[in-house]
Amino acid sequence: MQYALQLAGVLAIGALETVKIAVMALAISLPVGLIVGAGRYSRTRYFRWPAAAFVETFRNIPVLVSIMWFFFAFPMLVPFEISAYAAAVLALSLNTSAFFAEIFRAGIQSISPGQWDGARALGMSYRDQMRRIILPQAIRRMVPAFTNRWIELCKLTALASTISYQELMYTTKMIANAYYNPVEMYSVCGLIYLAIIYPMVRATYRLERRAAKETA
Amino acid sequence: MPEAIRAEKLFKSFGDQQVLAGIDLSVEVGETVVVLGASGSGKSTLLRCMNFLELPTGGRIYLHGNLVGTPLGNQADAKMKYAEPNLQRVRAKVGMVFQHFNLFPHMSVLHNIMEGQVTVLRRSRAQAESRARELLAKVGLADKADSYPANLSGGQQQRTAIARALAMDPEVMLFDEVTSALDPELVGEVLRVMRALREEGMTMIIVTHELGFAYHAADRIVFMDAGRVYEEGHPHDILIAPKRERTRQFLEGHNQFRLPEAGPLVASEQT
Ligand SMILES: Nc1ncnc2c1ncn2[C@@H]1O[C@H](COP(=O)(O)OP(=O)(O)O)[C@@H](O)[C@H]1O
Ligand SMILES: [Mg+2]
Repeated sequence: MQYALQLAGVLAIGALETVKIAVMALAISLPVGLIVGAGRYSRTRYFRWPAAAFVETFRNIPVLVSIMWFFFAFPMLVPFEISAYAAAVLALSLNTSAFFAEIFRAGIQSISPGQWDGARALGMSYRDQMRRIILPQAIRRMVPAFTNRWIELCKLTALASTISYQELMYTTKMIANAYYNPVEMYSVCGLIYLAIIYPMVRATYRLERRAAKETA
Repeated sequence: MPEAIRAEKLFKSFGDQQVLAGIDLSVEVGETVVVLGASGSGKSTLLRCMNFLELPTGGRIYLHGNLVGTPLGNQADAKMKYAEPNLQRVRAKVGMVFQHFNLFPHMSVLHNIMEGQVTVLRRSRAQAESRARELLAKVGLADKADSYPANLSGGQQQRTAIARALAMDPEVMLFDEVTSALDPELVGEVLRVMRALREEGMTMIIVTHELGFAYHAADRIVFMDAGRVYEEGHPHDILIAPKRERTRQFLEGHNQFRLPEAGPLVASEQT
């Protein structure tokens, strides 16, 4: 019993680290994705091209590769150390930002040109057109794609274990190796991921239903 | 009457396709001008250039005698430079109603009509709301203030769009085929609103295919062909006795399948 409680404590700490990585990466990806997405939508090619390059680079490199790159290669190119946490968050953020940017762009482009015309004909500034008319409609359409990506991000955090960051996956592996109990440990680990992610999936369904009802 | 808006030698090209080829059109305060012309003759582009939803590639627009934009040089045909904030002020004064309404689907009817007043004219919400309700009553939609556009008929949506444009207290109203997307039985309710505006002295430029409305409501008719003003004049002269070939062809196309005179029907209704 003592032993079970101890394991539970260690796993809880691991789970907390997992959540920490995911939330941090989300907090970075939302604004970065918005900026890059707006850049892809820009009429100026000096914004459009770098934004397109960003999206295609980080969308098409496996996250595992960029985690390794940031942890092992990047420190050899710059004069400072980078922690496993920072490397994992950075790699996950860049990947997620690239996907978010595409979701933003597609969402905005899905709004009919007539909406821009209607807003412009009232004399609204570009900022107000975007803020008052386009984004409120576009964001509703983006909700499902966003939440899918968020769930994907939560699962990808397990890759941080490859650079020995002590999140849920790494903790599980350590315990399983030390106590020779892989059946129990990997099962419990899966169940914890499920317990973290499934409630979010449910919340997502509710959000999507509400968004659908509002636009109907 | 003083001049409300004037297009002078207006040109517009999309890539190498020239759509407007030197339009001259002056509209007086309180005047209703109906623009006719075949599809593709440039009617929508003309309206969209007059409120700068499209930037003209040549020529000038004057609003109440004031040139919009700054000429880049001293020659009469110098290219124009347009600053966006300046154009926003012009657009706020030149109302536009579209074929497909373009209402904001995420806002109630009331909020559609308040939006421009609050974000552009900086009116207080209370002021904007009272003006919106006034206009809703005027277009016959007082009871629809809290509805969403998706729950209105086409005719109701278009009347909302007219109210939304009027809420800006525009100096000129542009109507681009505003009844073309409506079921026939809903056309009348929109045309009646436009007729009432004319009677109040609103300055209007109306693109429409409703020739009967054009005949009764226009002070002047402009017939466009290939990006030019091809013939213009009094409704009777243009619609009943057009002088030029293309105008005649256009009207013949419209008149081919007319109903017989409705005299007897009206008589039986009266008994
Ligand atoms: N934004 C645009 N880009 C390219 N071509 C356009 C655009 N808007 C209009 N056109 C072209 O200009 C011509 C005139 O269009 P339009 O002004 O809509 O005519 P109308 O309203 O009389 O039917 C058409 O050939 C159309 O294809
Ligand atoms: Mg048109």
